[in-house]
Amino acid sequence: MKKIYVQEEWCLKCRLCEYICAYANSGFEDIAAALKDKPIRPRITVEESGKISYAVSCRHCDEPSCVKGCIAGAISKVDGIVKIDKNKCVGCFTCVLSCPYGAVAAGPDGAAMKCELCVENSGGSPMCVKYCPNRAIILE
Amino acid sequence: MDYVIIGNSIAAAGCIEGIRRADQNGKITVVGAEPYHVYGRPLISYLLEGKTDLERIKYRPADFYEKNCCTLVKGERALKIDAQKKRVTLSGGAVLPYDRLAIATGSRPFVPRIPNLEKYEYHTFMTLDDALKLQEKIKTVPNARVLIFGAGLIGLKCAEAIHKSVGEITVADMADRVLPSILDHDGAEIIKKHLEGYGLKFLLSTAANPDSFDFDILCVCTGVVPETELAKECGAEVGRGIFVDGKSKTTVKDIYAAGDCTESYSEVTGKRAAIPILPNAYIQGETAGINMAGGIASFDSALPMNAIGFFGKHILTAGVYEGEAVRAKSSEYRKIFVKDGKLKGFIFIDDFKRAGIYTALIRDGGDISGVDIDGLAENAGLNLFPKNFRDEVLRAKN
Ligand SMILES: Cc1cc2nc3c(=O)[nH]c(=O)nc-3n(C[C@H](O)[C@H](O)[C@H](O)COP(=O)(O)OP(=O)(O)OC[C@H]3O[C@@H](n4cnc5c(N)ncnc54)[C@H](O)[C@@H]3O)c2cc1C
Repeated sequence: MKKIYVQEEWCLKCRLCEYICAYANSGFEDIAAALKDKPIRPRITVEESGKISYAVSCRHCDEPSCVKGCIAGAISKVDGIVKIDKNKCVGCFTCVLSCPYGAVAAGPDGAAMKCELCVENSGGSPMCVKYCPNRAIILE
Repeated sequence: MDYVIIGNSIAAAGCIEGIRRADQNGKITVVGAEPYHVYGRPLISYLLEGKTDLERIKYRPADFYEKNCCTLVKGERALKIDAQKKRVTLSGGAVLPYDRLAIATGSRPFVPRIPNLEKYEYHTFMTLDDALKLQEKIKTVPNARVLIFGAGLIGLKCAEAIHKSVGEITVADMADRVLPSILDHDGAEIIKKHLEGYGLKFLLSTAANPDSFDFDILCVCTGVVPETELAKECGAEVGRGIFVDGKSKTTVKDIYAAGDCTESYSEVTGKRAAIPILPNAYIQGETAGINMAGGIASFDSALPMNAIGFFGKHILTAGVYEGEAVRAKSSEYRKIFVKDGKLKGFIFIDDFKRAGIYTALIRDGGDISGVDIDGLAENAGLNLFPKNFRDEVLRAKN
């Protein structure tokens, strides 16, 4: 299964990945309607520390703490992708408390949300990878 | 190989999945006293609120037992373990032989000695049946006045669950604050005010005595105790819980235990304790299963951690509240505890972004003496960890 990897020496801190992620998961077709004048809710976060920066999103761990800790049994790993079943999630956020990479957050609908590699949203394949202008985010 | 698991809840589900990671063929029999498919126990409050239903409350898909080739004996209790002959006697009379046994009997409600309690009918709030029974009772009493003993996690979840369908709720507790197991004084004040905004009445620092109150329905939610009888009777070392090591082994050969019924030593806290939370139950169960099936797994980093919400307000906490307390300036309540250059614990209310990084920092015991603590209270990133760790996590192998 392919994974998203990040090369910090190529990251430009442009945060385009955050915007494109929020757009891809917004449900809007129009990018302005999705993002303009709204707080954005990306599932990828650019961290800056001194001169370095890098984007962090779900690692789809081999031993996923979010899956093991979920009180509702709403998170599972299927075909290499850790997924949240929104229909079962009760929004307790034990997954946010458990993820060592800070890659799970509260979503706009009260359920937890995280990167699911754009498999089910409008992107179809990871949009952060596709749009990173310096190819700092790669899928391999 | 014959595996028997006593209990059919979270630790048992972990154990089944653990066994199947290492052994596809062995025979697994699960004995559960409750007459149900495994369900998310913490979801019983969401069920009464209408936020889940009897289908979605299932902790694993409907074909879970079938897919894992398990025989589920539900609605029966294991009555006795014969550790010499390696067999378990069930309430229905069957005797199950085992090569490896897991005890996953969880906990039961702890009801302290409360004066005059015997005169009243009362409810507990632990199982699906408890929840359904309470729901039925509420239907028979319009605008019921409900009295809850216990302002802990279960008592307050119970209150939230029923608040729309009853007249009034009073919560009484001996403690001087709500949620004493996870909140400090200031945090508890915030939550208490929030709950009072929903009409809940509190009587804190108050001894439980039903004779002193007017009420229609009484719920006793004063904590849980590990269910250890079977283990004790078969000679296993039992303190508060059944003692297990990092492999989830008890002191009796070929008998493992996991979840709320156990206590174990944690490298993180440096203590032997029972930590009755769901993530521990699953991971201990999985660890037991893998080891039972001849694989290698260990878990010695249990720590108290809770994520819980009441009427839209969320509380995420972990660790212990020792050392210097530092609050984030930008949030209502985001507090971290630092001692000897290490993060020891945190309490986040509502602003809980990236909480898991803090949990990981506590768990790893990493040195943060060079870190700006005020900044850390505000937000955290992977820069807190050594670069080689970050590289391993984020970078392609090149
Ligand atoms: C209302 C409520 C809310 C909660 N909320 C949270 C939360 O938000 N986060 C969190 O981390 N934890 C929460 N918990 C705690 C969590 O549910 C437990 O930690 C978890 O269920 C423990 O799982 P377990 O498998 O060890 O045991 P249990 O879930 O207690 O299950 C044990 C099972 O074993 C069965 N059993 C016992 N003895 C026998 C026997 N002799 N023979 C056959 N079967 C037997 C019992 O009937 C039971 O079904 C909550 C608990 C409650 C009650």
